[in-house]
Amino acid sequence: MSAAPRKNETSGIDVSHTDILATAADWAAIGRKLALATVVETWGSAPRPTGSHLVIDTEGNFEGSVSGGCVEGAVITEAIDVIESGKGKMLEFGVADETAWQVGLSCGGRIRVYVEPVV
Amino acid sequence: MRLDILTTVNAERAARRAVVTITDIATGKQRVLREAQIGADPMADVVEKAVRAGKSGMVETESGESFVNVYLPPVRIVLIGAVHISQALAPIARIAGYDVEIIDPRTAFATPERFAGFQLDADWPDVVLKQRPLDPYTAVALITHDPKIDDGPLIEALKTGCFYIGALGSRKTHARRLERLREAGIADHLMERIDAPIGADIGASTPGEIAVAIMASIVEAFRKRKMFADKRGEQAPR
Repeated sequence: MSAAPRKNETSGIDVSHTDILATAADWAAIGRKLALATVVETWGSAPRPTGSHLVIDTEGNFEGSVSGGCVEGAVITEAIDVIESGKGKMLEFGVADETAWQVGLSCGGRIRVYVEPVV
Repeated sequence: MRLDILTTVNAERAARRAVVTITDIATGKQRVLREAQIGADPMADVVEKAVRAGKSGMVETESGESFVNVYLPPVRIVLIGAVHISQALAPIARIAGYDVEIIDPRTAFATPERFAGFQLDADWPDVVLKQRPLDPYTAVALITHDPKIDDGPLIEALKTGCFYIGALGSRKTHARRLERLREAGIADHLMERIDAPIGADIGASTPGEIAVAIMASIVEAFRKRKMFADKRGEQAPR
């Protein structure tokens, strides 16, 4: 269900970092309601390093990544809830959670993603 | 993330300074630390370590888990010399994901045609670097072969603590360069930081090959975290 994460996606000189937060600021400035997802912990061969961001709006528009594309769908769904509730939430993905989440990291890694509203 | 924190993080990054956010996971409470504020923070030790390592991560605190997110400025490469090697190196650097700019006061070399789509300044390095100063997140390659042009930014790079400093020239040329630097009062341990002969030792011969060799050395310096002074066995320039 998800593309195999490409190892070289971890290498982008932290440019993603800046761009995502710049996008978040731009979106916030035009009044979009947003959530920010951040990789806070990784085990094994996780596709994106800690600190990687994904910004999501209520329409499901997003920019950035927290994995190689494996779990973004689930994060986006949760993010829309987070925007509504205004409360941050910790998500965990990985092989062990496949039954719970129906998504997993095909690379065999495990990640924790913190999703918070941008307010 | 609060909007004011988002604004601060973006502003610090635009100014090419490190910035850190700390999020208490249980409460969602968040604070932002500018580079200069880190030392006074209750979590200064762990934050400083994270910044030096360039690694974000979870830390255990008395009140539970906190996430320390480290934002370091994007790495950039400054090429002194709009020469044939730079024409090859600029696109290689871009493909590798690094920002590049080229500086050369010789207007015959520094033409937009030769460097289409790249930041190019046909001016003296000291003039350009006054506007956009070097910093530890910048790599500098001096490749004009002309001491009048190369030496100024070389000294500036050594004083700033740029994470990579390479200088083109044979061993003989480099020996003369070191003499000039010594006369200019540069300490020996700083001069040892210069990568000369420039680039990875792969027997590079053509301009394109030399560009590959320089790029390899820059990647090595960045990925092995030589941008952090303590990884180079130095005190951080402050």
